[in-house]
Amino acid sequence: MRVSDFRADSPRQIAQAISLSRRNFLRAVTGAGSAAAFFGPAALRGMNVPKNRKAIVVTFGGGARDDETFMPDGRENIPHLLNELVPQATFLSNVVNSGILGHYVATASIVTGAYETFNNFAAVSPDNPTVFEYFRKDLKRPATDAWVVAPSNGFARIGESGNRLYGPGFGAGVILPKRLLSAALSTGSDGAAYQHLLRDNYETPLYAPTLAGRQIELNQLAELLKLSVDDFTAHARNLVSPDELSVYIAKQLMRQLSPSLLWITLHDIDIAHSGAFSLYIDGIKRTDRLCAELWQAVQKDPEYANKTTMFILPDFGRDSDIDSGGNGFQHHRTGDALSRTTWMMVLGPDVKQNVVVDRPAQSTDLVPTLGAYFGFDARLSQGKRIAEVV
Amino acid sequence: MLPDQLTPESFAAYPPQARELATRQIAILRRLPLAFVPLLLRELSVYDWKFPAERIDLERQFAYLAGLSPGQFQAAMSAFVGLKVTRELEKVDWVNSPAVFSEQFSAHLWTTHQIDAFRAAAVVYVRKSSSSAPDPPMPTHRLGIAAIGQGVTRNDYLLFRKLRPKGVYYTQVKHTGGAKVLLDAVRSRAEAHPVPYAHWYIDGAAPLAEAKGVTRVSYDGLSSPRTLLQSRMQRTYEAPVFDPEAFRTMMAQIGPAEVGLNSGDGALNRFQLSLLTEGSGTQVFSTTFVQWAAREALRRAQPLTLFVRFAPRQREKQMNELLAEHQRPPDLDVQGSLIDGDMGAYYTWLNQQRLPGEEKSAFLAWFEDHGEAVVIAPGLERGEHSATPVELGDLVARIA
Repeated sequence: MRVSDFRADSPRQIAQAISLSRRNFLRAVTGAGSAAAFFGPAALRGMNVPKNRKAIVVTFGGGARDDETFMPDGRENIPHLLNELVPQATFLSNVVNSGILGHYVATASIVTGAYETFNNFAAVSPDNPTVFEYFRKDLKRPATDAWVVAPSNGFARIGESGNRLYGPGFGAGVILPKRLLSAALSTGSDGAAYQHLLRDNYETPLYAPTLAGRQIELNQLAELLKLSVDDFTAHARNLVSPDELSVYIAKQLMRQLSPSLLWITLHDIDIAHSGAFSLYIDGIKRTDRLCAELWQAVQKDPEYANKTTMFILPDFGRDSDIDSGGNGFQHHRTGDALSRTTWMMVLGPDVKQNVVVDRPAQSTDLVPTLGAYFGFDARLSQGKRIAEVV
Repeated sequence: MLPDQLTPESFAAYPPQARELATRQIAILRRLPLAFVPLLLRELSVYDWKFPAERIDLERQFAYLAGLSPGQFQAAMSAFVGLKVTRELEKVDWVNSPAVFSEQFSAHLWTTHQIDAFRAAAVVYVRKSSSSAPDPPMPTHRLGIAAIGQGVTRNDYLLFRKLRPKGVYYTQVKHTGGAKVLLDAVRSRAEAHPVPYAHWYIDGAAPLAEAKGVTRVSYDGLSSPRTLLQSRMQRTYEAPVFDPEAFRTMMAQIGPAEVGLNSGDGALNRFQLSLLTEGSGTQVFSTTFVQWAAREALRRAQPLTLFVRFAPRQREKQMNELLAEHQRPPDLDVQGSLIDGDMGAYYTWLNQQRLPGEEKSAFLAWFEDHGEAVVIAPGLERGEHSATPVELGDLVARIA
């Protein structure tokens, strides 16, 4: 018996095969239909952009593979995505990340709509304008209208670029919940009870970059979110993971500031780098639950209900079991087609429900899509608007 | 420096056998492009500590390259020649520090979007060189054994879900003698086929008794080197500024003697050190250690027999607590370790099937101290379920 591999197929063929597999799985589980449903009046929508639209983007660093999600064995790990969200969503099953497969640089590429090429472990701003700068400058939105909640200190500069036409003053506020919790604990709380929430990065367990950028400090957070340090730490005590802390902060932001553009990057799944499969599965299950919680929070909040589109996408995939150059789920180092091919789920009042789009799209297509949604011009983005959702 | 400037003196710092091989093959090395030769030297420079299977592979690569006509040689290297390499990379001491070059070259390939082209070129090269000469005959078929779930009393997780379709799933396995029965089977094969580094036993905790002719590696056996490495890692972790690339280079430059691995077997010492310095998670999670050690043993030593025994790993905690494992009795995650071991057993089977002779290979995975096992072997039906009572010893004897 020989281990089969994909060597004979091109990356494009493999991506198509992955996409087809996802579509067939979703059709079997949720009865999702094909994109042919788009050939109707809805395709002409989008010229008049209502001013009160909101968008929430959830990316997760540490992509989950289909084996553990959109395949029969993975079904048990994503009950909320499959049973609650997919039936309400347009699902793009063939989203390719053609850039560098490191979480900060990849997330920055999604944020700018252009494949960034900086060192993944450097504390630098993206070279290209971020979606927040397009949004705020073109639409003259205040600083309180665009926020990022990011998982690790390395993401401190993701809120605004080094581009001279945009840059300082036009970016989003960046909240690093773990940084805030560290600061809160230094004020005298019992630190040992919170250590599980402070893990910073899984790509290299020892990565702890020097902080730089326009991240929010503890006193500012307390003021903005009307949240005392004691309340913050008391709530954190009951959370099991850093991503739960991020979602808690995101919900506070929604409640207090109701930003129109909120970007949340989850990271628990990337525990896979430790090689412990059970922890990776735990991360997937938690992410599944948190995505559903966020969507439920949207529906319950009058500031968001019926005017919010939510985009959920992993930044990229993980290595396949088949590629001998990798070690399966543990890393995303081979650059093979499976580690580059991922998906995007879009939910909202104007988005077609329970539909699968299997044409190829790029991770960089999100920013121009948000541009079409809000009415700004992502002029330096390399991506293209995803017409099926906007 | 460019490859055509290589001289025998370039290899003066190499250990004796590596120096001899490099000098003997210098004509070929001079003809190779810069995007290729440091990667070959990375393997060659540690030739003295390579396992026999790795030495055969290196010699085969040189024989393959030497056998190509000038036109074929050019064609074989054209994809590597087409990769753009910077002046800065040329200045790296890639003869004596090929790992440093490799690290920087890899980052360069990603940044310049050349990684896919490199990957494709590497796959073609490996396939052609591997098929250029037949594999040496094997004295017997390969046998892989995995014991998982040590310490688990009750389980709701669907075990062996990926392995069951490949063979027979037994649910009434009597396990008189326990894991020792499996080690005895390994010992018997080692006695029957006494080949260096051909029979391995890897344990995630304290190992069972030593067996003659069996290469033994264990998580507990490496406790002292792990403690020393963990201390270094913890200091780095707690430093205010951290450069991950410099850290990786530092880890790669640690010698076996620095962490107390200075007993007689140089190849095994280097192998064990590499598990801790190149593996991710191997320093803190015993399940990861066993899975990675099995992968590396199969990839590098190509053993005839491999027995891996997963043990409970410590529970997930903040990194500095994980690194302080040696300072306190670890809090164990027994159930999570069962799931880790289940996937680890599947990966071990997959990696065994990547080796020559895969059509005759056999594999046994057993839920330790429980009645569940899967056996995969030629002649056995796939996807079958057997509820007939059977002794573990009989089961392994059938495929050994």
